[in-house]
Amino acid sequence: MTEELVTITVDGQELKAPKGAMLISVTDKENIRVPRFCYHEKLSVAANCRMCLVEVEKAPKPLPACATPIMEGMVVHTRSAKAKAAQKAIMEFLLINHPLDCPICDQGGECELQDMAMAYGQDVSQYSEGKRVVLDKSIGPLIATELTRCIHCTRCVRFGEEIAGVREMGMTNRGERARIATFMNQAVTSELSGNVIDLCPVGALTAKPSRFAARAWEMIQHASVAPHDCVGSNVFVHVLRHDVIRVVPRDNEAINEVWISDRDRFSYEGIHSEERLTTPMVKHNGEWKRTDWDTAMGVVSDKIKAMLEDDAIGVDKIAALVSPNSTLEELYLAQKLMRSMGSGNIDHRLRQSDFSDQNSVPVMPWLGQDIEDLENLNAALLIGSNVRKDQPMISHRLRKAVVNNGAQISFINPRTYEFNFPVASNISVAQQRLVNELALIAAAAYKASKNAMAPHLKNILTGLKPTVEHKAIISQLKTAEKSTVLMGNLASMHPNSSVLRALAEAIAIETGSVLGYLSEGANAAGAWLAGAVPHRGVAGESENIVQGYHAGEINNQSPAAVILLNVEPELDSVHAMKNTLAQADMVVAITAFDSPTLRETANVLLPAATFTETSGTFVNIEGAWQSFKGVCPPQGDARPAWKILRVLANLLDQKDFDYMSSEDVRNELRSQCESIVLSNTTVADASIEMNPAGDELMRSGDVPMYAGDALLRRATSLQKTSDADTFCLRVNSAEAARLGVMGSDSVSVTQEGLSALMNLVIDNSVPDGSAWIPMAIKGNEQLGNAFAAIKVEKV
Amino acid sequence: MSTVDTQLSKHSCEKIDALIAKFPADRKKSALLGALNVVQHENQGFLTEALMDAVADYLQLAKIEVYEVASFYSMYELKPVARHNVAICTNICCMLMGSQTIVDHVEKKLGIKLGESTADGRIYLKIEEECLAACTGGPMMQVDHVYHENLTAEKVDEILDGLE
Repeated sequence: MTEELVTITVDGQELKAPKGAMLISVTDKENIRVPRFCYHEKLSVAANCRMCLVEVEKAPKPLPACATPIMEGMVVHTRSAKAKAAQKAIMEFLLINHPLDCPICDQGGECELQDMAMAYGQDVSQYSEGKRVVLDKSIGPLIATELTRCIHCTRCVRFGEEIAGVREMGMTNRGERARIATFMNQAVTSELSGNVIDLCPVGALTAKPSRFAARAWEMIQHASVAPHDCVGSNVFVHVLRHDVIRVVPRDNEAINEVWISDRDRFSYEGIHSEERLTTPMVKHNGEWKRTDWDTAMGVVSDKIKAMLEDDAIGVDKIAALVSPNSTLEELYLAQKLMRSMGSGNIDHRLRQSDFSDQNSVPVMPWLGQDIEDLENLNAALLIGSNVRKDQPMISHRLRKAVVNNGAQISFINPRTYEFNFPVASNISVAQQRLVNELALIAAAAYKASKNAMAPHLKNILTGLKPTVEHKAIISQLKTAEKSTVLMGNLASMHPNSSVLRALAEAIAIETGSVLGYLSEGANAAGAWLAGAVPHRGVAGESENIVQGYHAGEINNQSPAAVILLNVEPELDSVHAMKNTLAQADMVVAITAFDSPTLRETANVLLPAATFTETSGTFVNIEGAWQSFKGVCPPQGDARPAWKILRVLANLLDQKDFDYMSSEDVRNELRSQCESIVLSNTTVADASIEMNPAGDELMRSGDVPMYAGDALLRRATSLQKTSDADTFCLRVNSAEAARLGVMGSDSVSVTQEGLSALMNLVIDNSVPDGSAWIPMAIKGNEQLGNAFAAIKVEKV
Repeated sequence: MSTVDTQLSKHSCEKIDALIAKFPADRKKSALLGALNVVQHENQGFLTEALMDAVADYLQLAKIEVYEVASFYSMYELKPVARHNVAICTNICCMLMGSQTIVDHVEKKLGIKLGESTADGRIYLKIEEECLAACTGGPMMQVDHVYHENLTAEKVDEILDGLE
């Protein structure tokens, strides 16, 4: 759009705005209210509701403000008799077929149609004929439909096509029979589908999980931050009395714009799970007993004190495993408590298995750019990332780059994922061959740049022959004005993540691209800053701190006492931790949920608050510190985990734990983080070796979208969607033929002496040599390490 | 295009390819109306879910896009119908010329209502919603792809009796 400014007059007020801008966008900026239903600033112009008709002088009839580009000297009246008459008439038309069932409609009280009818409608309708009725169809577990109320604005249809990138809803039939539908009434599957609930200006599409639960005016709206991915989407939590009724997006152009993923919208259901732990519990002679806080904390502190004093055990045998979904304050206090006792055995990297380059990695995983910048990219390479499901809002920005700039985005993954935008290359190779494949791309990068290979990579890159596809990826990155190389969740989980990282960095340097990370959970960045890693203290401090064992070592060191913070060990870790925990004398689980495995492995369960019940801070992938407040009281006797940790530290007689609020905790940490300059440059390590991949079948897997943390696993509606995976084995048809198994067979899977029975699914998105078992869902506790060699036999 | 794995017949694919060729390469959707005509013609005059899916895949469209178009236009039948498509125009000019008597006569003769098919699968009496643009010859009807104008009860009998 040209930046030439023109002057127009609206309701007697002179305005300057860019020539060709749509009238409604100009009036919106000037706070001149023009009614509308179909217009939405993030969607294309449809101009089909006609509610925004205004009078434009010299035009023979009223014009829709959403589809009228402004011109020099235009004189507009939004409230003249002619404009009002047009708006009133349209309102009457829109209400002809509307059932006016506001008393039983969930949208009542926050309905655009209701508001507009009040402002622009008439008291009575001339229409006395029969009204149209549309039979409702189920379009999935998240969205309730009442399509008789639909006014055909098509916002939901345009959302699917333009934002979600999957055209699932449409307007079928015509005239009086026109209706919004999905193809043959299939369920919508988009991971962003819930946004149509907000977009729908009437009560045709409403939230199914919170249906009939509360009236808009009864609820209190609290600002909060979504607790599942490294974007930290801004949300509002709507609370009725003490219950969270629903979660909706809070506008933040820099982070989530006006959208949120279904995961962030519906995960709150887990808060009300029947599995919530509501009182402290202590295991006594193998039997669990409910108890009070004093007793439970006493048991924990006495036991740990005794261990600290016992020379045979000592502080080295105490460890803490913390979830990257914990708040910054919780993570900081957990590590402060551990280090204050003299132990550095704390880690949040429970799904990581390669720690060899941990001393050279950046101070925290960082995107390397602002989230907003992603939409200006011209090319990108994502390594080990199912970004569409792992970080839907990042995927949304990448999609914008593709749609608006024609960006060329490539992926290299251990499985062929589908994305909601066209990709340039979508390479997929078995997990054990991922390093070799990425090495080919790195070799192509050096060939293109004609630079000498970095000494530490020479070993593995010399003599490699990249293919046309590898070279094309490099040339896209190299010729792009703005390009990036991103390491995804699967890359950091990969058993050779250090090599992937070294190669990614080389590719970024040689192609002039920005290197960035997408991290797991809501607060992995915060965990690094808080010092919830064994080798670095607060703010990345690596000297003068108590060093300790990392998650992999802790698992092998048979600790005597383990503190679990928001962790379900069998699901939140790639390491098989069951035996380690079973051997420990004392396992304290600070957890919001009770589970059979925790009962089996822990000695004390301390009920913690979930994200809506505690104040705290998440640091997102672009380094934004986002604090939020508790919006409802914790269930039962549960307490915010930061308070539990503070009291535990007090009971253990540790100094400087006198915090009155979580803000005190945050401010103490913040002051130590002020001098950090974010950078993703690592110090090149010693020469990297690579073991050629064998012919063995290797286990591989990812964390399904709705399995990433304890809260999600209990979000019942999300668990009914097609993105909720089941415990099964996926192999491609060629691999199945080699194994002599067929689809829907039951198979026996054996690894590291452990075995499990599961269903087989033939899935050609899984590459050769790979046996795919989703992580973090029930059934995983039967097996060991998530990336080990595996044997499959027909039962 | 013809190399794509599809349920559509070779003949349909050739015809659709010819339609696609009439439009710019990135505007395959423009061939949708024609493609549905071709496919419906080959399938005894109606579309099935599987056929619409196949057209969607062939033209690289979302399934719902094809369904929107197929349900919008009255010339597509989404349910099985008899082999001869008889559409009596009832729009204003034909109505003034007495189309209602023709409709009444045909309904009585065939023992079915508008929108139904005869039990022997011979004749489908379509609800014609649109003017068929032969106003000078009203009342008129379209039988399969042929127009018959200036209808009388006798003329209609003759035409319908002549259908196999």
